[in-house]
Amino acid sequence: MESKTYPRIGETLFSARLPNGLQLRVVPKAGFSSYYAVFATNYGGAHRRFTLEGRTVDTPAGVAHFLEHKMFDLPSGDNALNLLSANGADPNAFTSSGVTCYYFQCTEKFEENLRMLLHFVSTPYFTPETVRKEQGIIGQEIRMGEDDPGSAIYYNLLGLLYEHHPIRDRVAGTVESIAQISAQTLYDCHKAFYAPSNMCLVVEGDVDPERIYQIAREELPQEEAEPPRADFGPPEGPLPLSPLRKEAMAVSAPQFYIGAKIPVAEGPGALRQHLTAQLALRMLAGRSSAFYARLYAQGLLNRDFDYEADFSAGTGTVILGGESNEPEQVLEELKKEVERIGREGLDPRRLELAKRSSLGARLRGLEDFDNVCISLAMGLFEGYCSFDAAELLESIQAADCEAFIREVLAPERLAISILTPAV
Amino acid sequence: MELRRTELMPGVWLSYLHSDKFKTACMSLSLLTQLSRETAAMNALIPYVLRRGTTRYGDMEALSQRLDELYGTAIEPVVRRIGEIQCLGFYLSLPEAEFLPGSEDVLRPAAALLGEMLLSPATRGGLLLPQYVDSERDKLLDIIRSRVNDKRGYSLFRCIEEMCCCEDFAVGRLGGEEECRAIHYQKLTRQYRSLLQTCPIEIFYCGRAEEKQVISALKDALVTLPRGQIDDGIGTEIRMNALEEQPRLVEEELDVTQGKLVIGFRLGECMEEPDLASLYVFNAVYGSGTTSKLFMNVREKLSLCYYASSLVDVHKGLLLVSSGIEFSKFDAARAEIFAQLEAMRAGEITDEELTAARSGVASDLRSLTDSQGELEGYYLSQALDGAGCSPTELAELVENVTRGQVVEIARSVECDLIYFLKGGGEKEEEDEEDGE
Repeated sequence: MESKTYPRIGETLFSARLPNGLQLRVVPKAGFSSYYAVFATNYGGAHRRFTLEGRTVDTPAGVAHFLEHKMFDLPSGDNALNLLSANGADPNAFTSSGVTCYYFQCTEKFEENLRMLLHFVSTPYFTPETVRKEQGIIGQEIRMGEDDPGSAIYYNLLGLLYEHHPIRDRVAGTVESIAQISAQTLYDCHKAFYAPSNMCLVVEGDVDPERIYQIAREELPQEEAEPPRADFGPPEGPLPLSPLRKEAMAVSAPQFYIGAKIPVAEGPGALRQHLTAQLALRMLAGRSSAFYARLYAQGLLNRDFDYEADFSAGTGTVILGGESNEPEQVLEELKKEVERIGREGLDPRRLELAKRSSLGARLRGLEDFDNVCISLAMGLFEGYCSFDAAELLESIQAADCEAFIREVLAPERLAISILTPAV
Repeated sequence: MELRRTELMPGVWLSYLHSDKFKTACMSLSLLTQLSRETAAMNALIPYVLRRGTTRYGDMEALSQRLDELYGTAIEPVVRRIGEIQCLGFYLSLPEAEFLPGSEDVLRPAAALLGEMLLSPATRGGLLLPQYVDSERDKLLDIIRSRVNDKRGYSLFRCIEEMCCCEDFAVGRLGGEEECRAIHYQKLTRQYRSLLQTCPIEIFYCGRAEEKQVISALKDALVTLPRGQIDDGIGTEIRMNALEEQPRLVEEELDVTQGKLVIGFRLGECMEEPDLASLYVFNAVYGSGTTSKLFMNVREKLSLCYYASSLVDVHKGLLLVSSGIEFSKFDAARAEIFAQLEAMRAGEITDEELTAARSGVASDLRSLTDSQGELEGYYLSQALDGAGCSPTELAELVENVTRGQVVEIARSVECDLIYFLKGGGEKEEEDEEDGE
């Protein structure tokens, strides 16, 4: 395997692409008791329509998530989750709109657990009975999601911003959409998206990278398959479909998400765009920004106010939100602040502080194995290496951030989703 | 890694753990005080008010910029409840010099800033600023009220509140809504000054700096800390039995589509000399994790719920089972949760269940040494118990827990209260007779 050291962050990364197309990354960590592995596929809730071997396939909402649940069933009647747990590992999985990740953390029998992970994710086994039973369990999960204010406000925002991109729809689908899923749907999607050429494996812990390479070669299919091409529909325009949605729910105080679409850069430019977005948002609305301090002191914002630039399934979305008694006032203040920055520019001293603070946050992020491994996996699917961030951060200029704020957060591009307490 | 304890000043203890593993160091400072309804909300508010500004950095913007200068050093207010001890203070995370340009050391300035926050808040006429107190009080009120947003957490909170209605534990770490609303800046200043004088203080550090550097930075930062008669008598009262002969039933209606069933137990006589290792293994066999009886049976085999899990509070002596269910499955889910406990009492624990539980708990304890935040929580809790056992040592004890020890705990627990959160407006005609 090829190795590269990153002295700034004190890490070494081993990389390889297996003959079957799998991307492998290993971060050795001497002195740690924990091991972590994530086996991820570039397949999430938004990959509903795709082309495979020249054929276009349409699938109902919620298949990727459903498949994730059912992958743990093994032909032997065992459940991989239980086998891994019984072996002392802490396994889990999640599905987002862009990816599905299977992972575990353990302190012992790492190689055994890793083999089990690779094996079960590559072994589809579904029957009409198990699919039917899962429809009940996931139906409950979907209902629970509908009660969850955080989830409602998020999907309401995406519904305002996106006209047709499937990211609008709940990753888990609806009770109706998952009723259309059959064992055959699951077999088809597994065959298409769970080929090693569409996946990556990232491992962190006190391991020998060559051993990991060998295990991956032994456990996974040898042949390289052509990965499917997702079709997310025609490009979205810059403007939201509609600027405002309010809904009443059982919450104690109004909550809001303000959002805007980011025209996405692809390939190596992606990491730079992510970092620019993060720095720009930190200067605009971070803890040390004039905007946050003012609104906090006025009682318009809380400590739970947060912001992010989320890149997933070919989309980029800015989200700022939290609790406020006057969400629409917050939106007005934000518009004013964007306009002021557009006019006056950003203070270079603020940029220096934002970079310092961002470096500290990155170092902190390196403490979490799951964060490190999942960031590396996401980067692999988008064509960059997340370990380059600390260095790349320094090259970002005030003008880049100003342009981001002025263009992406222009008043006509913003939408707001509000939840009000149900009376 | 070996923990070293030093008394820096009267009643001020430093737990120092040297580690070269991490990219950031962590430090925490906690004032320890007896949890009570009267003072809980005031105490909880104090760190948040102190975090608003110091004499030198008068507002949040100035403070946050100072933290940015220190490479994103984070100083966050933390309020915890460990048993009936309320712990309030700050948690710091600071990047290690080795990874900063020019190897800039942030330990000393970060400790100094912590000291300023604790001892030199922004004041007028010696009183905490009313605008800071009022605004943080309103925010705390919002947080207390927002408990209801997270139905899973809310149902747990409500079960404890009802079950421990005669105990201070029911108050919760943040105090009550009514007491919070009544907070006034003059009274709060008095409470703040009294806490500084009387509270035992626990400080934790884990990172690359030498112990003497840490001690020196902290002594300088806390030089003006006033110390009076230290309140050494704080502790937790453990109730062994249920309040009434039959488990109480509390039902509540809210606009939800999924019901929440929470069952509260007293751990009982096993709390006379609590054995942490056995308690953790008991909990893992019964309801924590995917090999547990509750997960395997209530969720997987019978599909009675979306989730069902248990947790133990080893300080207060409670066992809580929490599950998300359809309204109509209340009786079936409740019966199965009790049936699984009965099975354990009868010794029905397979070798696989026991082994998986032991290795799961041991693995969690060992991996805890890879996270500073978890080490901090672990050692604070140890400091309050007066126990001196590292996570690795505890993991070894866990691996030797026997079936008999687990069964003994299962036999010791006693159901006290059943709490059910259901949908509003739905007429459910069910009698509530069948207890267990």
